Amino acid sequence: MDDVLLLSRLQFAVAVFFHFIFVPLTLGLSVLLVWMETLYVRTGDEMWKRHVKFWGRLFLINFTLGVVTGITLEFQFGTNWSRYSEYVGDIFGSLLAIEATVAFFLESTFLAVWHFGWDKLSKKAHCACIWLVALASNLSALWIILANGFMQNPKGYIINEVAGRAELANFWEVVFNGFGWGMYAHTILASWALGGFFVLGVSAWHLLNDSHKIFFRRSFRLAAPFTLVLTLALAASGHEEGQNVAEHQPAKLAAMEAHWETGTNVPFYLMVWPDEENEGNKVEALGIPNLMSWIAYGNANAEVKGLKDFPKEDRPPVAATFWSFRGMVALGSLFILLALAATWQRNRDMPHAGLLRLLILNIPLPYIGLGLGWAVAEIGRQPWIVYGLMRTSEAVSPVPAGNVAISLIAFIVVYTLLGALDIFLLRKYALKGPDAQEA
Amino acid sequence: MLETIWFILWALLWAVYFVLDGFDLGLGSLLPFLGKNETERRIMYNAAGPFWDGNEVWLISAGGVTFAAFPKAYAVMFSALYAPLLILLFALIFRAVSFEFRNKVDSPVWCTFWDGVHFVSNLIPCILLGVAFANLFMGIPIDAQGVYHGNLLKLLNIYGLAGGVFFLVFFMMHGALWLTIKSEGPLQIRALTMVNILWPVLLGLLIIFLVLTAVYTNLFANYLVSPALFILPLLALAGLVGVKVMLRRGQLWPAWACSAAFIVFVTFFGAAGMFPGMIISSIDPAASVTAFNGASSPLTLKIMLGVALVMVPIVLAYQVWVYRLFSAPVTAADLSDDHAY
Repeated sequence: MDDVLLLSRLQFAVAVFFHFIFVPLTLGLSVLLVWMETLYVRTGDEMWKRHVKFWGRLFLINFTLGVVTGITLEFQFGTNWSRYSEYVGDIFGSLLAIEATVAFFLESTFLAVWHFGWDKLSKKAHCACIWLVALASNLSALWIILANGFMQNPKGYIINEVAGRAELANFWEVVFNGFGWGMYAHTILASWALGGFFVLGVSAWHLLNDSHKIFFRRSFRLAAPFTLVLTLALAASGHEEGQNVAEHQPAKLAAMEAHWETGTNVPFYLMVWPDEENEGNKVEALGIPNLMSWIAYGNANAEVKGLKDFPKEDRPPVAATFWSFRGMVALGSLFILLALAATWQRNRDMPHAGLLRLLILNIPLPYIGLGLGWAVAEIGRQPWIVYGLMRTSEAVSPVPAGNVAISLIAFIVVYTLLGALDIFLLRKYALKGPDAQEA
Repeated sequence: MLETIWFILWALLWAVYFVLDGFDLGLGSLLPFLGKNETERRIMYNAAGPFWDGNEVWLISAGGVTFAAFPKAYAVMFSALYAPLLILLFALIFRAVSFEFRNKVDSPVWCTFWDGVHFVSNLIPCILLGVAFANLFMGIPIDAQGVYHGNLLKLLNIYGLAGGVFFLVFFMMHGALWLTIKSEGPLQIRALTMVNILWPVLLGLLIIFLVLTAVYTNLFANYLVSPALFILPLLALAGLVGVKVMLRRGQLWPAWACSAAFIVFVTFFGAAGMFPGMIISSIDPAASVTAFNGASSPLTLKIMLGVALVMVPIVLAYQVWVYRLFSAPVTAADLSDDHAY
């Protein structure tokens, strides 16, 4: 059973991280496409139409993989986490079903209309389609993250002892779960910022290589302030998020900070090297007094519970949670600086070459940042699958380990292949620039 | 009562999925047989172009609704059918990618490769869905803990395989009918010929499948209790006959609609026979998951019913709009558009 658990967790991790390579770009680019096409409809400037077509093609290549990798996730709850599905399906299943009927149909159907409907619809109707796609994609993310919010901070349920499961008690408590909304805000802002950096990075390549300069200068000018606003909002929502975690998941907070001893006026150490085995930190230096208490509770004198006050079996893996969190915060800070520099240089005919090079190199980093953020949320939730209610070890399906081993290998092989193909095609079309008729 | 309504809705969602994704899966399975040159093959891709993605969402909805309304059935169904389900999902991944990537690189080798992928990744779901549903009709070896005592090969029994072939042929005929609507000239004639070849085969398979159902499954027990249910297989037969009648009159859309009705009533035929069973255990009748012991709480069922009653008609309405918008045949001129597959 332990093998099945480990393999199933690995498989879910592979599936979810891979899915989350595609989704943020879908969310972010959809908003930028809405902006570009609305500008086209309002100004009638053909240049904006060419923007919609160029960025739209990259959007479509990326979108398909987001959809298909999402389907496997929905079904994995049944295939690999059947005990979990039985136990909380009453609540969790509803959120997924609502996502499909309310948002996903809208997204898929109108994406197709937008893709194939250039000559069949009026300008305004065509623009309305991308509005619907963007709205539905972001709405779809809301329901999925509310489902995750239930796993993080279960609300609105009762335990039915006879049926041996959790049942819905108050639908609105599930839907208006503040923890879930906080995660949603943080994830959406991060995804939009990723879209912004994607546009900046691709534009930077063209500006640096002297190709389609007028075209990409305009993309750059549009994306830079957009990205800056988002990276700043992202930091603010991250702070909010930290306070939610402090309130509802104190063990996760302690792991994020590698904070072992309960205390008040806790400092924040810039340099820490956690040592899980000895329940302490090998390195702890450059402390800023009271900062952690303030970050967690908005009060420099607040008490922050340390890991040692949680039973060992209730602690998340400390090193993974800690390093993911540190990595995310470091990247987030870098993003603010980059977006600031891009915004500052945006009106120049030729932004600084060094900045352009950095923006190209930066393209993969927001993906890593988002992945680390999810790692904090999900690894930090362990050992629980539903916080405080059900352990991950109790949730796994009674299936043979061999089956899961084979499917895990299949996932890794197929997803690696698809990822490579996707990067190949995105790169090809990104570097090719707008078509002759578009240019 | 709520459970019964949800059971019917559950069957309806699967039926809609089979009708809608059925034609594009069937069409993809016919790619090497009907598409004789590059233009024709691309017309076949684009005949499904604006539809396949929205159609596939019905699978996600059917899955989601099973999860929400019958969590126990969802848990047992997908963990017991672990291997076939994952094969199905991988096939659907490759199918989606073949649509999106095929025309992205200007090389015959690349296109031929994706044509092969497209064919196989459409063929597999057609067969697997048939195998899976035939096995659900018959019952699968699960115990009271929902543990499956069998393997992939055990699903490939005579009845399961018959279901696989039956589904494949009706999806193919459904897809060929769709192509008669969405193409012109030699390709359309070839599609019509294919329908005429598949039609008698399908009639034969329907009869064989009904006979095997009587031999291998317990589905007819409900029919003996309420003989009025026999209207369902009769309506299925009527749909099949309707396909031929409408084609004789040259009415393509009505012929496709008759084929759709056929698929809906075949699905209902199976569901009515299973009711209230959802996952019937072949080794321990007490271990079967039914619409009653597997349902969610009344509150969840009520809320989800509200969501379904509001959303499903809205979704159907805008999807019908899309079908009308893109109802014209795909022509060679359409392929020169830079947005075509």
